[in-house]
Amino acid sequence: MTQDQVKVELKESDVQKIKTICAEFDNNGGELINVLHKTQNTFGYLPAEVQEVVAQGLNVSVAKVYGVVTFYSYFTMIPKGEHPISLCTGTACYVRGADKVLDELKKVLEIEVGETTADGKFSINCLRCVGACGLAPVVMVGDKTYGRVAPEMIKGILEEYQ
Amino acid sequence: MTKIKLTIDKKEVKVEQGSTLLEAAKKVGIDIPTLCYMHLDDINVNHKPGGCRVCSVEVEGRRNLAPACATEVADGMVIRTNSVRVLNARRTVLSLILSDHPKDCLSCAKSGNCDLQNMAIRFGIRETPYEGCEISRYKEDFSPSIIRDMDKCIVCRRCETMCNDFQTVGALSAINRGFNSVVAPAFQMDLEHSTCTYCGQCVAVCPTGALTEVDHTNKLIRDLANPNKTVIVQTAPAVRAALGECFDLKPGTLVTGKMTAALRELGFNYVFDTDFAADLTIMEEGTEILNRLSKHLAGDKSVKLPILTSCCPGWVNFFEQQFTDLLDVPSTAKSPQQMFGAIAKTYFADKINVKREDLVVVSIMPCLAKKYECQREEFKVDGNPDVDYSISTRELAALIKRANIDFMSLSDEEFDAPMGESTGAGVIFGTTGGVIEAAVRTAYELHTNKKLPKVDFHELRGMQGIRQATIDFDGFPVNIGIAHGLGHARELLEKIQKGESEFHAIEIMACPGGCIGGGGQPLHHADLSILAKRMEAIYKEDGNKVLRKSHENPSIIKLYEEFLGKPMSEKAHHLLHTNYINRSKKVIYIQ
Repeated sequence: MTQDQVKVELKESDVQKIKTICAEFDNNGGELINVLHKTQNTFGYLPAEVQEVVAQGLNVSVAKVYGVVTFYSYFTMIPKGEHPISLCTGTACYVRGADKVLDELKKVLEIEVGETTADGKFSINCLRCVGACGLAPVVMVGDKTYGRVAPEMIKGILEEYQ
Repeated sequence: MTKIKLTIDKKEVKVEQGSTLLEAAKKVGIDIPTLCYMHLDDINVNHKPGGCRVCSVEVEGRRNLAPACATEVADGMVIRTNSVRVLNARRTVLSLILSDHPKDCLSCAKSGNCDLQNMAIRFGIRETPYEGCEISRYKEDFSPSIIRDMDKCIVCRRCETMCNDFQTVGALSAINRGFNSVVAPAFQMDLEHSTCTYCGQCVAVCPTGALTEVDHTNKLIRDLANPNKTVIVQTAPAVRAALGECFDLKPGTLVTGKMTAALRELGFNYVFDTDFAADLTIMEEGTEILNRLSKHLAGDKSVKLPILTSCCPGWVNFFEQQFTDLLDVPSTAKSPQQMFGAIAKTYFADKINVKREDLVVVSIMPCLAKKYECQREEFKVDGNPDVDYSISTRELAALIKRANIDFMSLSDEEFDAPMGESTGAGVIFGTTGGVIEAAVRTAYELHTNKKLPKVDFHELRGMQGIRQATIDFDGFPVNIGIAHGLGHARELLEKIQKGESEFHAIEIMACPGGCIGGGGQPLHHADLSILAKRMEAIYKEDGNKVLRKSHENPSIIKLYEEFLGKPMSEKAHHLLHTNYINRSKKVIYIQ
């Protein structure tokens, strides 16, 4: 799933929710990042249709909103998978082969970092250090943590969620 | 104002508090190189993101180099702009910018006119030591007017400043990070689907080949070589005031006669003048203004005032997208380019006995939005456009050079009849304030049946973004507003929306200075004093004309006698007027 495949039909109540968030920040264009944070917390992600309502609410151009959304890695235009996979690429995990684990994940799921599988089941995100360096490299699926992960283990881990 | 004293390259300089190091250095004649920086004094655009770091200088006592464009002066500062450290840093910065820039300068549309290329020459770059990410990730975006080739974007963001801050169009924004960062419309849609008005001000300031115009010169060469086609050309007023710059003439040099000679040399069957059509526009638009005013004076509340001019296609695109509640306010008169096409493919085609489809109408325009305008469906008859295509002043200059024509040695020639005859009123269409001045010259005389006491209306001229004047129409004061730049237009439009506008008529041009500052003109390289010189040239040409009022143009009088009847007649309405379409852009779906 890539960002232009995500098409959302907003309900009137969704539009109202976004407008309320904008109003909480006085419809001030300078608060764009804060508004986007709160909006993403509400909807889980920021599809084009949502960004357009934010732009109207704050009286800034949609291009500008899109610019900010694509600049900060925290913001996403694609909904996370049912089982979001987070891979630690912090120093300890990286030197213990996180990059190879990531390659395997991308190969098996046929998606890139920041994307979600077509069936909506899995998404991959990279994060920096989960504070379990002794278990490096670390992969999290939802809230469950897997330690000392090797590329060969990926298929087995994913099967738990099929 | 407090003065700040500092030393730059051992020279002492005193400047006002709040000045930048770049400004201070300029004061003592030190030219610090810049790339992303852009200061357009006359239109109040000050773009200094400090992003490219080419202007880095050494500040004594500071650990890091400082960007001169974005660092404020402080008392006692000691600056070095040419130390080995600075020079090395600039080379490194430039090499990094070049690391992911395509190296196909030979075939790049901007070659020879590219700020990045000039910078590489200035720094003596002979190799690019860093290997960046050169794989193309962005498809080229071909709109009817502008080509975006984002592999060549260096993210200086000048275009964004013009589009968002000056024009308030909001079509562009910097997106993504690192090697992926470029300037693009929302959701990376094509310009065609964005809020872009094709004003071309992004192209006018782009330092590289990332933003260029759609080039029709090859098509034109093919048509000129085709014996079955009659190819005629119209040239917009602003072109003659700027074309000379491409041949190293001083800005403001009029080249009307040489341009006409060059066009004939290129092989056009007839060389005509858009000024003729500008005079025709005044006949229609001026009559429309008078009609609305007299209805208003008679107490008709339904009449829409102020009337807005409609010659500028960038401006038309702007209100069709962003002010859809005001679609019935602008004049319905087509632009001079389209009026010319409509008359050429009917009246003139009949005169020379050439079939519509065998007649090719080409326009030379200072404008990129004109390329889009002539492709609009409403300006076609059975799929055949009134104006086949439009080429810019820059494209014409390139074509003259390519055709091996020694422009400077050409003798002045005159336009052909009948569509080459024009008055001074047609000429001043090329500058901000000119259309409304031309309209006033005619409307006054038609309304009062009296001769104008003076033809020059200095109160309507100038470079200020928004201007206003009241012209006495023999006892009736007509309030006139003028805006150039869509941001300034927005201010006037918002007043109209709120019912606060006191104007009877408003002229709007999308580009700074009007057409003389159009997106298709020779590049000004951030020196807007050039625009003032082009403006002087336009008024000079007007002053030199014997006839200076559109309704006195003998060819126009004859056109009405032989063909159109009178202004706003049914035939005139059919050929010379248009209607506007709601083109607001939205991606929202509500269930």
